[in-house]
Amino acid sequence: MAGHRSWTDKRMEILIGIVLRYGVLLSALIVAFGAAIYLVRHGHSPTDYRVFRSEPSDLRSVGKIVRDAFALQGRGIIQLGLLLLIATPVVRVAFSIFGFAEEHDRMYVIVASLVLLILLYSLVGSIRSA
Amino acid sequence: MTILEFSLVVAAGSLVAGFLGALTGLGGGVVLIPMLSLLLGVDIRYAIGASLVSVIATSSGAAAAYVREGISNIRIGMFLEIATTLGALVGATLATRISTSAISIVFGLVLIGSAFLSWKPRSKSEREAALDPLATKLRLNGSFPEGDGIRNYNVQRVPLGWALMFGAGTLSGLLGIGSGAVKVLAMDQAMKIPFKVSTTTSNFMIGVTAAASAGIYLSRGYIDPGLSMPVMLGVLAGSLLGTKVLVKAHPKWLRRVFSIVIVALGIEMLYKGISGRI
Repeated sequence: MAGHRSWTDKRMEILIGIVLRYGVLLSALIVAFGAAIYLVRHGHSPTDYRVFRSEPSDLRSVGKIVRDAFALQGRGIIQLGLLLLIATPVVRVAFSIFGFAEEHDRMYVIVASLVLLILLYSLVGSIRSA
Repeated sequence: MTILEFSLVVAAGSLVAGFLGALTGLGGGVVLIPMLSLLLGVDIRYAIGASLVSVIATSSGAAAAYVREGISNIRIGMFLEIATTLGALVGATLATRISTSAISIVFGLVLIGSAFLSWKPRSKSEREAALDPLATKLRLNGSFPEGDGIRNYNVQRVPLGWALMFGAGTLSGLLGIGSGAVKVLAMDQAMKIPFKVSTTTSNFMIGVTAAASAGIYLSRGYIDPGLSMPVMLGVLAGSLLGTKVLVKAHPKWLRRVFSIVIVALGIEMLYKGISGRI
């Protein structure tokens, strides 16, 4: 019984691991693509990160980031890639809820759902307030 | 410096940070944030936002490799993540309210603390601990392949581990680091989980913890694409390189050198924080 359980755990985790790896790869490609546009257009302007100014509102919420990215704005595309990256651990938790359900482990379906709720609260709650 | 030069310098520095972080198990953030804020004069809030993104990249990117070894325990990870994600929310909220010199002082202390933790030799005693009723009820006990057999372990002191994890999550949200050193401490020392299981489970957890505070950082405008781009790509490439080398090397001496560097950076962060020059 225990051996069977750990085998399914492992198979589930390997599957999730592969999904995550491709998610990271895809977001890195999007970031690199945005970086190319950004550097070609602005590469020779001076930088200034010494003084903190909050990012403009179009780089702070999902809808506006997507709109900027599709307008082929370099910074918008990079931010879209970063958004996708932030989503990968959330996907991992969501997948493991299905995994635990598959194993009929009700307690851990609840535990994983709780973690997912906290994550969504942070992401959705903060996006709405922006 | 132009944006192009700046991006190349940051990418090169992040590559080294990611490489050393993966090799020593301390993560890239501990060198990345001092590098950006002390050497390149980046505001610490931008540095934290960029580092947080790179923490997620390394955690998710290495997930498949770690799982294939078959020793992380997802039930322990998931159960403790309730604590780390809640802590991360608290930390990220705190970060937007307290001054940068206070953040810098806390960062300095954490750097010195984690260097101390990584210096300390691991206890090699194989304890056959008794079953803990709470851990049994939560199905946290497990087994993993070691040598030519299977080693079973019984998890201890669940409430203490949970409380430490809440602290680890708060630090992660406040400072933009993975705080893997504190997570390993909670599992290895407090909960008596074997070291190998602790480190791989910690890697699985840091990405989820970072994601909990990343949403808050994004919406507050702390994540700058121009800065995060070279940091993310550099750290990702560096840590992939680091995990490749890790399979072959036994970097005990490297860990020591790295600890000394971290202590030096910690002292400088403390000094800048106290003198208010950050």
